[in-house]
Amino acid sequence: MKLNAVDKNLLEQVADLHDTPQGAYNIRRDGEGFSRHSTENIQINVKEDKPGIDIIVKPGTKNESVHIPVLLTQDGINDLVYNTFEIGEGSDVQVVAGCGIHNDGSQESRHDGIHTIYVRKGARMRYVEKHYGEGESVGGRVLNPKTIIEIEEGATAELEMVQIKGVDSTKRDTEANLHKDANLIIVERLLTHGNQKARSDIVVNLREENSFTQITSRTVAQGDSEQIFYPRVIAYAKSRGYVECDSIIMDRAIVQSVPEITAHHAEAELTHEAAIGKIAGAQLLKLMSLGLSEQEAIEKILKGFLR
Amino acid sequence: MLELKGLSYNVSGKEKDIEIIKDVDISFDKGKLYAITGPNGSGKTSLAQLIMGIYPATKGRILFKGEDITDLDISERAKKGIGYAFQYPPRFKGLKVLDLLSLASGIEEETVARGYLRQVGLCPEDYLDRDVDPGLSGGEMKRIEIATLLAKNPEFVIYDEPDAGVDLWSFDLLLDVIRNKHKKEGITTILISHQERILSLVDEIILIVDGRIKDVGNKDKIWPVIKDVVGCQRDTLCSRRDKVETKCR
Ligand SMILES: Nc1ncnc2c1ncn2[C@@H]1O[C@H](COP(=O)(O)OP(=O)(O)OP(=O)(O)O)[C@@H](O)[C@H]1O
Ligand SMILES: [Mg+2]
Repeated sequence: MKLNAVDKNLLEQVADLHDTPQGAYNIRRDGEGFSRHSTENIQINVKEDKPGIDIIVKPGTKNESVHIPVLLTQDGINDLVYNTFEIGEGSDVQVVAGCGIHNDGSQESRHDGIHTIYVRKGARMRYVEKHYGEGESVGGRVLNPKTIIEIEEGATAELEMVQIKGVDSTKRDTEANLHKDANLIIVERLLTHGNQKARSDIVVNLREENSFTQITSRTVAQGDSEQIFYPRVIAYAKSRGYVECDSIIMDRAIVQSVPEITAHHAEAELTHEAAIGKIAGAQLLKLMSLGLSEQEAIEKILKGFLR
Repeated sequence: MLELKGLSYNVSGKEKDIEIIKDVDISFDKGKLYAITGPNGSGKTSLAQLIMGIYPATKGRILFKGEDITDLDISERAKKGIGYAFQYPPRFKGLKVLDLLSLASGIEEETVARGYLRQVGLCPEDYLDRDVDPGLSGGEMKRIEIATLLAKNPEFVIYDEPDAGVDLWSFDLLLDVIRNKHKKEGITTILISHQERILSLVDEIILIVDGRIKDVGNKDKIWPVIKDVVGCQRDTLCSRRDKVETKCR
């Protein structure tokens, strides 16, 4: 089997790939494994009890990446997968997940990915997940990812979750447990338009001493779209957590931001900040005074904001 | 080069319209260096923003190189060669100094942007990749604002209090850059400022008081008038409380 033009475009959008990637990968298309490749250090195995894969990174693996894009090119597909990641002790890897939907049909296309991630002692993982949808469908493009992540002593995880275009409905659930000296950085970037709906729930448990998390969400809501953010940080030990939600609202959109911080320990330091507002008028005026049209100025400002 | 004819600007107040700029007539000649000065709240920034198109004129016309530009929007005026450096430059989340300078110059080359930063006394290595956001100090922001105007290179440019927040020593350098451009390239330049030093350097000073042009001339002529205006304003303020009649000239 070969990748066709639609596949290739989706791959590029969600994983910056032009063809099958270097290193370990698993490409899932229309509810089935399409192609898969393991390397010496990164083993990918198909689960036997349910749909999905196990990704096992050997301890000490450095500077390697694994790509696990999911492509949906037909309507009427309701795809559910369970993926388990084992990021071995002391390793340093990048995971490029992401889902692209091309739907020209009348029925819904839907992918629900349930990810369980173990970042073992002293390991470092960068996880990038991009959502993208295209096509002239009346049927919706739906993505409901759920991520559960366990970050062991001295380990670091960076999650970058991006959805810029074409997903009609998304409900994202993220839950993390941080152990001693563990770090978790979450950056969420989202643009909704038309009648799209997006909801993101994040719970970060700072379970042990010196754990640290920083959650940032930058979003733009246009048209009649709706967004809800519910990031929560709960500290059970001497630890630090920052939550920042910043949204630009336009047209008739609705944005709700509810950052929540809870401390069960006297030496926890938690802060949150949330802002919703329109594009600052002075920013537009400044860019227009440099010769940009109003529309060009808006595009520049939004692009920068979501970068 | 630029003519203002009976230019007025009103904003709507609680009960009636407030006149911010009142029937201003003036013309700026090509290649000259001007200063606009006047007390706080007298209308200097408003006048500059009327020229840039940020505020719409309530009455009157604006001519640029003989062409009526009163109905053109900001970007059209920018394209015709009018530039304005903001008194309070806005900050952007996610836009880098490099992006802003590239937008201004229309050239997406780092080396070009580097040059402008050096001219305003900022080390390119330290600033190119920084966001133009609240992380920059007031003085840094002003210098970057000036750099965007150098990059845009308009033939008619207004700098709104370029000295505000910039340390004295660095400002000398900035002033040299602005004056050099004015001299070498014949850029018609207006500096909005309160500084005596700047007022001594320009060809002509325009004194704005209470939304009107009070006087035009060189420093020797204008300086005593400013002192008079400021002194008088203080006296009238006090006289209201003391119920003593004072009349301003
Ligand atoms: N939208 C507005 N509504 C009401 N008053 C306004 C508005 N915009 C400006 N003004 C008033 O117009 C006057 C002129 O303001 P402007 O900013 O032009 O003054 P300025 O001469 O630049 O002052 P400064 O030296 O403090 O910069 C001020 O009294 C200001 O309060
Ligand atoms: Mg002003």
